[in-house]
Amino acid sequence: MFKGLSRNDLILLVGFTAFVLLMPIILKPVGAAYPALMQKFCIFGIFAIGFNILFGLTGYLSFGHAAFLGVGSYAAVWSFKLFTMNIIPAIFLSLFFAAIFAVVIGYVSLRRSGIYFSILTLAFAQMCYNLAYSVLTPLTNGETGLQLTLRDPRWIDAMFHEPGAGLPRATLFGLDTSGGGLGGFYLCAVILIICFYISMRIFRSPFGMMLRAIKSNQNRMRYTGFNTRPYLLAAFVISGMYAGLAGSLMAATDPLAGAERMQWTASGEVVLMTILGGVGTLVGPVVGAAVIKYFENIFSSFGPDTLHGVFSFLPDTIEDALVSFLSLFVGEGWNLTLGVIFVLLVIFMPGGIIEGLRRLWVIFTRKRDGGDAIPAATHPQPAE
Amino acid sequence: MSEKNIVLHVADVHKRFGGLHALADVDLQVEEGTVHAIIGPNGAGKSTLLNVCVGRIKPDQGQVVFAGEALNNHQPHEINQLGVSRVFQTPEIFADLSLLENVMIPAFAKRDGAFRFNASAPVSTQKDIREKAEAALEDVGLLNRRNVEAGSLSRGDKRRLELAMCLVQNPRLLLLDEPTAGMSRHDTNSTIDLLKRIKSRGMTKVIIEHDMHVVFSLADKISVLAQGRIIADGTPEAVRANPKVKEAYLGEEQT
Ligand SMILES: Nc1ncnc2c1ncn2[C@@H]1O[C@H](COP(=O)(O)OP(=O)(O)OP(=O)(O)O)[C@@H](O)[C@H]1O
Ligand SMILES: [Mg+2]
Repeated sequence: MFKGLSRNDLILLVGFTAFVLLMPIILKPVGAAYPALMQKFCIFGIFAIGFNILFGLTGYLSFGHAAFLGVGSYAAVWSFKLFTMNIIPAIFLSLFFAAIFAVVIGYVSLRRSGIYFSILTLAFAQMCYNLAYSVLTPLTNGETGLQLTLRDPRWIDAMFHEPGAGLPRATLFGLDTSGGGLGGFYLCAVILIICFYISMRIFRSPFGMMLRAIKSNQNRMRYTGFNTRPYLLAAFVISGMYAGLAGSLMAATDPLAGAERMQWTASGEVVLMTILGGVGTLVGPVVGAAVIKYFENIFSSFGPDTLHGVFSFLPDTIEDALVSFLSLFVGEGWNLTLGVIFVLLVIFMPGGIIEGLRRLWVIFTRKRDGGDAIPAATHPQPAE
Repeated sequence: MSEKNIVLHVADVHKRFGGLHALADVDLQVEEGTVHAIIGPNGAGKSTLLNVCVGRIKPDQGQVVFAGEALNNHQPHEINQLGVSRVFQTPEIFADLSLLENVMIPAFAKRDGAFRFNASAPVSTQKDIREKAEAALEDVGLLNRRNVEAGSLSRGDKRRLELAMCLVQNPRLLLLDEPTAGMSRHDTNSTIDLLKRIKSRGMTKVIIEHDMHVVFSLADKISVLAQGRIIADGTPEAVRANPKVKEAYLGEEQT
């Protein structure tokens, strides 16, 4: 199973696994060790890992991946409503529908490259959003969002036991995943680790190498005997399925689905996560996802009151001015902060967090070696 | 001599770019196992001719026949899979990948065809591909730099790398568009040696070249292209003696 993976990859895999599983302990000091937030890290990590398989390897920038996230969520909730609260069928249904959507959207969008590809994916995602928001209301429950009700048939569950009094919870063979406890987190964590492992295999495989070659010089690929279209479509569908899986897990930890999950802002967010962490690196997307969700959690919970608390030591006039200025950047305005961070990052650290850390590492090790060692990695390795 | 096996037949090909007649009634027959040089002044249509052969450009008229198969509606990758590899005038390589990866990729195309979803076994376990790639890098003298990023190579070295990328496929027909341009005298000579060596492997080559030293030391046959037309065709001696050629091309070259 681990044949052919280099020692560094194995170390990375073990380290990653340990970190993810120990998050409830490791993240205590930064105040992020509660399940609802940690499972968000995992879910968006999966979303971003998948996105990176397309964007990081092939360079095709999709602006519509939230469509698959939404499709995954709806499919999962329908599975909960119609069949069973067990999440296994829900996950498979989500993967299946996300794959179908990805095949269709990918097939059409990949007829173009560059900005035209991005626009096509964006257009498709907006179409999906509109379908979900209004046109397909019977399927999606429109604006309100799709939710569980007491009248849902749940045929499979009904065969085995009488429905309880309240709304049931999503489970994995009895393990409660939607109660806000550690069950949901560990479910997402384990799936994240599996997803990370699969992504590593893809990165190291001939398939992954072909994708990188397409990114580097698609023309050369054609004259080298490759039909690049199916390679791109395969990458597109895989990354769409990752998004569908993430959407499914959102429903598994909180059984509802709404159209806003498909909105272009959600598609844009995963682009930011991937770039922030490091495009084309293995762990970068997960880091980017976690960082964004962490800061979102902090900044969006701030309100003017908290700011007044922080700056209460200042004279009143300055305090008021400062608070009214800073209020723009917190709470609802958190996206503004995100925008600023993003601009700074792209300008000063274009390779993302992972690249920045690598550079620091090089500087650090060089100092220790006496100052004249040449950094070994003159060219960026695709992963680390 | 005349009843040889024709691998590549460019039959009465015309190509216009707007008002420019880039190829006019070009007819070219390349015999199996030979080196066929195409010479001619700048803008004569030499690269365009190769573009037609690899499916980059569709001819307005006429057709290209490779190994008995007409290449009218073939995609570039299909033509490559039939056994045609090409070195471009401006090197086309995978600049972000290592030299070894650059050469392994065409080897995969040869082994696995135009598409194969192979996502399970890591690249590092593909011994056969790696060995082939290393042998091809050895051939062009770049083996010791196999882990260097290809984009950092000099122009001449990029050309040699691209040559290795073609050689690793062991194509039936190799098209070379000025393979020694930008190379030092020393590298040019070693490339000539290399091309001579692989001649014994039975690979057919069409080579476009401005360097007459290269042309006359390699070619079995020469076609001279000027303003989209073939004005002379034959053995090196015959072409050298042809007064039309002297006027159109060689004359200015030798002064
Ligand atoms: N795709 C194209 N569109 C328009 N014109 C073209 C195109 N390709 C080539 N041409 C024109 O056709 C003519 C022949 O070009 P070509 O590149 O075949 O010349 P060449 O013989 O290879 O010259 P050189 O020795 O400079 O490489 C030139 O005038 C060129 O500008
Ligand atoms: Mg040319």
